[in-house]
Amino acid sequence: MNMISDPRERLVVIGNGMAGMRTVEELLKRESGRRYQITVFGAEPHVNYNRIMLSSVLAGDKTVDEIVINSREWYDDNGIRLFAGDAVAAIDRNAKTVTAVSGLCVPYDRLLIATGSRPLAPAIPGLGLPGVCAFRDLADVDKMLAAARVHKRAVVIGGGLLGLEAAWGLKQRGMSVAVVHLMPTLMERQLDAAAGQLLQRDLDRRGISFFTDGQTEEIMGVARAEGVQLADGRVIPADLVVLAIGIRPNIDLARAAGLEVNRGVAVYDDMRTSDPDIFAVGECVEHRGEVFGLVAPLWEQAKVCAAQLGGDETAAFASQALSTSLKITGVDVFSAGALMAADENDDEITLRDDSRGLYKKIVLRDGKLVGAVLYGDVADGQWYLQLMRDNVDVAELRERLVFGRAVAEAVSAKPIGPDFAAMPDDAQICGCNGVSKGAIVGAIRGKNLASLEDVRAHTKASASCGQCTGLVERLLGFAAGAAAKPAKKTLCDCADAGHDEIRHAIVAQKLKTMQAVREAFGWKKSEGCHKCRPALNYYLLCAWPDEYKDDSRSRFVNERVHANIQKDGTFSVVPRMWGGLTTPAELHAIASVAEKFNIPTVKVTGGQRIDLLGVKKDDLPAVWSDLNKAGLVSGHAYAKGLRTVKTCVGSEWCRFGTQDSTGLGVKLEKMCWGSWTPHKVKLAVSGCPRNCAEATIKDLGIVCVEAGYDIVVGGNGGVEVRVSDSLARVATEEEVLEYAGAFLQLYREEAHYFERTAPWIARVGIAYVKRRLVEDGEGRCGLHARFLHSQTFVQHDPWADRAKGADAHEFAPLLALAEA
Amino acid sequence: MDLVWKNIGALSNIPAQGARRLCIGKSGPPIAVFRTGEDRVFALIDECPHRRGPLSEGIVSGTTVACPLHNWVIDLTSGLALGLDEGGTPILPIRIVAGEVHVGLSLAAGESA
Repeated sequence: MNMISDPRERLVVIGNGMAGMRTVEELLKRESGRRYQITVFGAEPHVNYNRIMLSSVLAGDKTVDEIVINSREWYDDNGIRLFAGDAVAAIDRNAKTVTAVSGLCVPYDRLLIATGSRPLAPAIPGLGLPGVCAFRDLADVDKMLAAARVHKRAVVIGGGLLGLEAAWGLKQRGMSVAVVHLMPTLMERQLDAAAGQLLQRDLDRRGISFFTDGQTEEIMGVARAEGVQLADGRVIPADLVVLAIGIRPNIDLARAAGLEVNRGVAVYDDMRTSDPDIFAVGECVEHRGEVFGLVAPLWEQAKVCAAQLGGDETAAFASQALSTSLKITGVDVFSAGALMAADENDDEITLRDDSRGLYKKIVLRDGKLVGAVLYGDVADGQWYLQLMRDNVDVAELRERLVFGRAVAEAVSAKPIGPDFAAMPDDAQICGCNGVSKGAIVGAIRGKNLASLEDVRAHTKASASCGQCTGLVERLLGFAAGAAAKPAKKTLCDCADAGHDEIRHAIVAQKLKTMQAVREAFGWKKSEGCHKCRPALNYYLLCAWPDEYKDDSRSRFVNERVHANIQKDGTFSVVPRMWGGLTTPAELHAIASVAEKFNIPTVKVTGGQRIDLLGVKKDDLPAVWSDLNKAGLVSGHAYAKGLRTVKTCVGSEWCRFGTQDSTGLGVKLEKMCWGSWTPHKVKLAVSGCPRNCAEATIKDLGIVCVEAGYDIVVGGNGGVEVRVSDSLARVATEEEVLEYAGAFLQLYREEAHYFERTAPWIARVGIAYVKRRLVEDGEGRCGLHARFLHSQTFVQHDPWADRAKGADAHEFAPLLALAEA
Repeated sequence: MDLVWKNIGALSNIPAQGARRLCIGKSGPPIAVFRTGEDRVFALIDECPHRRGPLSEGIVSGTTVACPLHNWVIDLTSGLALGLDEGGTPILPIRIVAGEVHVGLSLAAGESA
């Protein structure tokens, strides 16, 4: 080979193991050998093999040939020079050469250190005796197999993953095997105590004996190993002693070369060591304080390293949640992430069936899955791992999550509604008429009532304002069971058609007035009623934002006069405070108005606004005029529309804040204010998962995280508390605004009038909402655009208009009887 | 009982499908004067029989009004609650003369004015 005439750069790889060769494979995929002339040194006299499968070779499940990854031909075909069985003795960074034990000296342009790890050895006498080996490479397996052919008794020191696989392999080869483990339970780094005990019980039944809490003091023997002496005096006879207490990164070469090392060879995200021409991958490295013993991150490192070697400087390694499983036939173990709750804020959910040998534990933190330990049935392991890696909000799956994917996903619609069985009889159901649960259930059962109308007639429950209709209906279902007749969901008594039918016709048949709708559906009352008129008015406004003229006579008083009527006929006034922010000037103006108009109550609302209660109707225009002068506009606290965007202070002030939640809240409110929706809509933006703005019980909530923004929908903190469903995680504020606009428009276009987002989503399912908003990007853009279009017609301050005299007849009484 | 007819101004002062509240002095119950979509006019004491809600703020459909507080529906012609609710509010007589609305106040109401 004429190296001088070769124009390619020289890449030398120290280590012929899994990580190093995977890097070469990835590099060849990218470069096809055009860029680098590659030389590989391997300490073992073999081609590259799958070290993970050593236990299968030991147990007789696989042959050595079956675990070879790359054959000699592969090296030859790819022009790779392999020096197998010739370990590298030194790296000379100044000369840029490596020198092997054989004396061979090879120059490099780029060097890859993939020296892997070496077995940890305890500091005890007897390590050097024949019959003592580690469990690390093919030579160790050969020793163990040789011993198994002529000897009977084996002791494995170490009850971790590797030790148990060695013990099982030797057991399969006919030896009697004892495992000595320093800790009280097996595999304590991967399994919690309960799973570790189940594992020990199962392996014990398979004939492996265990010495837990066992500290080895000495390997006894003269000419070869004869036994193991424990610190507590116990002695275990042995012909073969296998050390499997752990591994340590192999960093001697790197340290001698003056590279930065800690526990492992320190690498940056680009897999470079402290010398930019020298890379390192695999079990020998330490990345951000972490060292690696499982294969998945090694593959990822190999990919990143190859990309960097190939010139892609953006490639970066980030360690992910990892899972472990044990390769012992018939013993199914899986673990990933946290083994147990870290503190009282974490939740553990366990499922245990001792007679079937089944154990499952999941660990939840802030509504996310952070750990899973499975024993006996590991089918859902990868699903749990994916939930962890994707940081999925599993709050709504919580009750079913531990039962696995099939159960958790089978019931995707969250049950909504109160637990009637647990509700006391004197709990009030209908506030208007003061009807209790006990009275309703008594009437239903005593008089065999079967329909909502019957219940209304006999108890008056839900006969007035109708807010509790849904509750009464469900209570009927609870008390009457199968006898309950569901009422057909019509818009109101005027029509036989339901909401969806009517909404569809408005668009499809281009019905643009209430009269046209009523005629199309044969309304029983020519003018409709107080139930259908606000609904139709809204549906028409939503369908034809630029054509339909809002009918104030079909609006509930609050929306007609832009204030909230109170029980005594006075009104309350709530100015908008964008994102909950205010200023001294605004506060002065509010204080002045309260004094000037003798407003009796000033209260801070749950939505971070100030409520002026007890304003006389005649005073409203003057109150608004004064507030307008300070820049305060209507807060729409009376509207079936956007009410408030509640925020926490976020990254601007809070030491925990991850994003500018206040600023984002203001942007959302600026986008959404003035919109009319089927029912009121409340938003919130929390700056971190501590969620101080309570975003997860809002119609639309944003929870900021380091990586971006979690968007949640359909929450409600009202009569029936409902925690929101997770919609999506996005990276930018622009995406948040797009999702928010699209979500509100979908709700505007498809929910029934008077239906909050919580029951709407419970009705249509979050999967449907995701299909429309997450999976259908084009559809999302369209919804967002329609939302913004309709907003152009409504974003003017209704108070300003009325302060200037609009709708004056609403506010002043009819000219009084002067002569009366 | 003698009626005193009072002219309360042009019909056009009252919004169709709406109402205005009439103030007749400092004491006495307030009166709501309704105008339906078909220009029929009714006057009722402006208090819902349920919780005294101001009927003049309700949604007017046909010859009914829905109370803004709890949606009781009151028949404007009789003052009685419709449907399952029971109760009523007093009604006052109305005359329309040359486009102007006259409401008939009983002597008692007139005295209180």
